[in-house]
Amino acid sequence: MADIRGHFRIRSPLSRRARGLLAVVPFALLAAAYGVGAELRHRDNPKDRLMPGAAQLLDGIREAAREHKIGEREDGEPITERWIVVDTLVSLRRLGIALVLATTASIALGLFMGTFTAIDALLNPFFRALSKIPPLALLPILFIYLGTDELPKLALMVIGVLPTLTQDVYLRIRDVPQEVVNKAYTLGASTLEVAFKVVLAQAWPRILDSVRLTLGPLWVFLIASEAISAESGLGYQIYRAQRWLGVNLILPYILWISLLGFAMDVALRFWIRWRHPWAGTEGD
Amino acid sequence: MMTNAVAGNLASGRAVLEVRKLVQAYFDPERRVEDVVLAAIDLDVHAGEFICVVGPSGCGKTRLLNIIGGFERPKSGACLLDGAPVGAPDRHRGIVTQQYSLFPNLTVLDNVRLGLDLEEFTLPGRWLRPIAYRLGRRRFAAQAMEYIERVGLTAHARKYPYQLSGGMRQRVAIAQAMIMRPRILLMDEPFGALDPGVRADLQGMMIQTHQAEKNTVFFVTHDLEEAVFLGTRLICLSPYAKDGTRLPGSRIVFDRPVDFPKSPEVRAATEFGRFLDEVKEAGFGAQDRARAAKQRF
Repeated sequence: MADIRGHFRIRSPLSRRARGLLAVVPFALLAAAYGVGAELRHRDNPKDRLMPGAAQLLDGIREAAREHKIGEREDGEPITERWIVVDTLVSLRRLGIALVLATTASIALGLFMGTFTAIDALLNPFFRALSKIPPLALLPILFIYLGTDELPKLALMVIGVLPTLTQDVYLRIRDVPQEVVNKAYTLGASTLEVAFKVVLAQAWPRILDSVRLTLGPLWVFLIASEAISAESGLGYQIYRAQRWLGVNLILPYILWISLLGFAMDVALRFWIRWRHPWAGTEGD
Repeated sequence: MMTNAVAGNLASGRAVLEVRKLVQAYFDPERRVEDVVLAAIDLDVHAGEFICVVGPSGCGKTRLLNIIGGFERPKSGACLLDGAPVGAPDRHRGIVTQQYSLFPNLTVLDNVRLGLDLEEFTLPGRWLRPIAYRLGRRRFAAQAMEYIERVGLTAHARKYPYQLSGGMRQRVAIAQAMIMRPRILLMDEPFGALDPGVRADLQGMMIQTHQAEKNTVFFVTHDLEEAVFLGTRLICLSPYAKDGTRLPGSRIVFDRPVDFPKSPEVRAATEFGRFLDEVKEAGFGAQDRARAAKQRF
C-alpha cells in the first residue's frame, strides 16, 4: 500500500496493465448502473420499455438485423432488407460524400488563406463570422430552399463543419515557419510549388488530425438532418423508434454509431502515423 | 552553364555581389523614430570568396544576409547579383540557417534532391509526364547521393531529419544548398547550436568543400574565432565609433583578407591570436569601452 502514493505524483509512470484495467472501469460502472436501474424498473413493471433489460435489447437487435419484407418481385420472390445494413450504408454514404466535399473545400480555402495575404484578408473575417452561425438554425431554410431529398442533408453537414475546419487548416498552414518558405524559394520552387509541395506537405498530418476531429460534428449534423426528414439512415431509424418507445432498438443503434465513429477515428490515427512517421517533429 | 558564368566572372573580375549604399531602418512605434540598423553599407563580394561577417549582437549582420537573400527589403540602396538587382529569393542564392534548415517531411535523399526536382519539373508536369518524372527523379537521386557522400551521410540517406543529430542535419542542409550550385551561398550561424567537437568537424568540411568548389560563401557568425578560421576575408559590422559613441546604424569597420593555413593547429598560433585582437579592437573595442565607461559612473 505504501507504493500507491507514488501513483499520485504528477505524471508518474503507469504500467500498460494498470492502464488497461483503469480504462475499463468507467465502462463497467456505466453498464452496472444501467443494469441496476433496469432491474429495479422491471421489479415494478416486467414490461417496462424505458430501460429495457438484456432480453429486450436482444429482441431489438434481432429486429434491426432480421430481414424485413419491403415488396415483391414479379416472380413472387419477396424483396427484403435488414434495417441496420441499409441504414448504415445510407448514412455512411452521406457522411462520406459530405466529408470529401467539406475536406477538399476546407483544405483548398485554408491553404490559400494561409499562404496568400490577399486571400487571407478577403476570406478570413468572413469565415470567422460564418462559423458563429449555429448550423442547425439553418436547417429549416435548407429544407425550404433545397427540398427534402439528399441535398439539404449534405448541405447541412458541409456548412456545419466547413467554417471551423477551414480555420483549423488555416492555422496549421500558418504554423509552417517563414524560414521554410524562404528555403523552398532558394531551391527554385515556384509559388504554387511552395504552397503545395512544401507548406501543404509539411502541414498535412496536422490537417488530417483536424479532419479526424471533425468527424464528431459531422455525425451530429448527419443524425440531425436524418431525424427531420429521411426514409432511411441511422438517425432516421432512431427517431422512428422514438414513436413506439423503442429504446431497445435505439440503444443498440447508438452503440453501433459510436463504434463506427471510434473505428474511423482509430483508422485515421493509424493512417496518419503510418504514412507520416515524422509527424510531430516539425519543430526539431 | 553555371560553371561558364563563374569562369566569365572570374575573367572579368566583376564582383558576384555588389552592395551599394545599403540602408536598413525600421520605424520604432514606441519612440516614434526611425531606428537605423544598417547605415550605408558598401561591399563587393568576388567569386570564390569565403566572406565571414562578424559584429556585436544586434549590429544587423543577419539583416544584411536577409536583404542579400531577398527575405527582406532594404530601406534604400541597392544589392546586385551579377549586376542585376536582387529580387525575391531564388535558386541563385542558397541559404543554410541554424533552425528549420531541413524539410521534416522528407528523407535525407529527398531533401537533397528537392532542388533539382523543383528546378526541372513543374507542378502539373509531374502528373502529365509521369515517366519523364520518374526517370528524372532517378537521375537526381544519383546526383544527390554524390553530395550526400561528400558530407559523409551515405548510410543515412533514407532517414528523416528527426532521426539525425544536429550536426548531421546541418551536413544535409549544406548538401541540399550546394547541389543547386548557387552563385552565392548564404549561411546564417549554421553551426551556432552545435557542440564544439561537431562544430570543428563541420568547419573542416566547409573548408574542404570551399577549397574543392571555389564557391562564393557569405557566412554570418558571432564566433570570431570561427570567422577567422573559416574565411578568406573577414568583415566586421559595428554601430560604434572609435571613441565609443553609438552611431545611428552599423557600418563596415573592418574588412581584410584572411590567409591563415586552414588547419586546426593555426588556432594556437600567435599571429592568429593577434588577428583576432585586431578585429576585436575594431569592432567590439569601442563597445567595451562604452560599457566600461557606463559602469564607472
